[in-house]
Amino acid sequence: MSLEVEARHRIGNFRIDAAFRSNGGVTALFGRSGSGKTTLVNIIAGLLRPDGGRIILDGDVIADSARNIFTPVHRRRFGYVFQEARLFPHLTVRSNLVYGRWLAGAGKSASEFTKVVEMLGVGHLLDRSPSTLSGGERQRVALGRALLAAPRLLLMDEPLAALDEARKAEILPYLERLRDETRIPIVYVSHSVAEVARLAERVVVIDDGRVQASGEAAVILSRPTDTPAMARREAGALIEGLVELHDEAHKLTLVRAGECLLRVPHVAAAPGHRLRLYIAARDVMLATTRPQGISALNVLPGTIVGLSPAHEGSLDVRLDCGGNTLVARITTLSREALGLRPGTPVHAIIKTVALDY
Amino acid sequence: MDWMALSEAEWTAVRLSLRVATVAMLSSLPLALLTAMVLARGRFWGKSALNGLVHMPLILPPVVTGFVLLLLFGRRGPIGAFLAEHVGLVFSFRWTGAALACAVMGFPLMVRSMRLSIEAVDRKLEDAAATLGASPAWIFLTVTLPLILPGIVAGMVLSFAKAMGEFGATITFVSNIPGETQTLAVAIYTFTQVPGGDAGAMRLTIISIVLSMAALILSEILAAAAARRTVSA
Repeated sequence: MSLEVEARHRIGNFRIDAAFRSNGGVTALFGRSGSGKTTLVNIIAGLLRPDGGRIILDGDVIADSARNIFTPVHRRRFGYVFQEARLFPHLTVRSNLVYGRWLAGAGKSASEFTKVVEMLGVGHLLDRSPSTLSGGERQRVALGRALLAAPRLLLMDEPLAALDEARKAEILPYLERLRDETRIPIVYVSHSVAEVARLAERVVVIDDGRVQASGEAAVILSRPTDTPAMARREAGALIEGLVELHDEAHKLTLVRAGECLLRVPHVAAAPGHRLRLYIAARDVMLATTRPQGISALNVLPGTIVGLSPAHEGSLDVRLDCGGNTLVARITTLSREALGLRPGTPVHAIIKTVALDY
Repeated sequence: MDWMALSEAEWTAVRLSLRVATVAMLSSLPLALLTAMVLARGRFWGKSALNGLVHMPLILPPVVTGFVLLLLFGRRGPIGAFLAEHVGLVFSFRWTGAALACAVMGFPLMVRSMRLSIEAVDRKLEDAAATLGASPAWIFLTVTLPLILPGIVAGMVLSFAKAMGEFGATITFVSNIPGETQTLAVAIYTFTQVPGGDAGAMRLTIISIVLSMAALILSEILAAAAARRTVSA
């Protein structure tokens, strides 16, 4: 599966001129609000006809301004999960779910319906009216509705942005299951590093209507320079690891990443499951000797790889800890007091509770 | 209660009024819905002119509307002559003319009610339906129409009520022929013009009040249903 997007569009003074490719999995369009992400997704969906550009999915030309090809929205079969659920208020949850299923010609397969309903945990809501659902429930129904239309591509525009932290935590596992259990490629719009880190395989950074950078999530999110799209306070590093075992007594999960073993708050995933952890730079402490009598559970030996220029009294230190890149934000005073420079061996200290989503 | 018993002539007027109002309401429905869609959604040159034209019967003296109808749809009128010759549809001094007059007078009320409900529809829902594979026609049938249905029905009720009470345009256009164009309002007027007609006028007035109140209450109920239904989800 491959997706190729190229779009040029002008709305008033704002210009979009972006192009990116994806080879399946979850591609995150990442950037500040107002950077043009939603416009770009609307162009992909066909809800907005751009001044120029093209969209090609698996060699199938969906739109190409040069050849005057434009497939209307309803013939694209691109599922779309909007920021607000947009459920049909005059239909029950069940009728909402099957709305697109019948049009997709998949009406006969009842097992697909059962599977999606079970995966999203909306079975007990089927006969209710959308106006009686909570925000998280609505978003799950919207997700199911898009899935049951048998989409070739799934577009999600900040599906969690309108929800509070508890509801986000409720939906994220469903999105992960979706990513792992279906083969539908996903374009996921977000301005949250935590979400992107947890879900996306590839990241396309959008700023002011243009693509600033694109590539592997781990590479893009751990870049030394401040990504303009990312608030400075959100800078950090992405670590990929495997679930090693669960410490049920203490509600902890051990994750192996390279040579490091990290203790994180309990994660509902079987041992051997791949997991991504985004570790914010401001949550990482440095010590030149191994600290004793400390409550933080993760003390990782490593070496300083580089130091960023200071910005308002603080700087980011990049470390190599057993094959993982970590970033720690410290003050210039600490740098001088500890005499940190590239090559210095240090211990990175990360509180387990800081790794909670 | 003997005085409440309606004479045959009075029954005829009531039946005629119900028929005229029903035909007026149903025949103007498709055009009113189309006009409401165009006014609510369309962006074109001359939109305010169309809006003004639709509202004309509401503002003009009904006599003027009746006279214009007579000029256009009368036997010698350009449209009336054409329809009489090619379709066999004659309006002048027929009950069909009364229905046309009522339809024209109720048209702005019907369009207004429908237009408001169309404007209240969240177009994002229609976008969502499109991404689920629904064609524009299917979206209209399965999303837009159910959401504006209370507005449509309320508009129909208003048009019906207006038709039941229409007097000026009807009497100007198709005159006052018992059994053909003498509707409820025209019959009441006729009763008041003859000595001893008070009892008949009173009976028809009571019927008129009951029918109008029923229509008004029905439209209130539908408006409340519409408000409940469009609570965004």
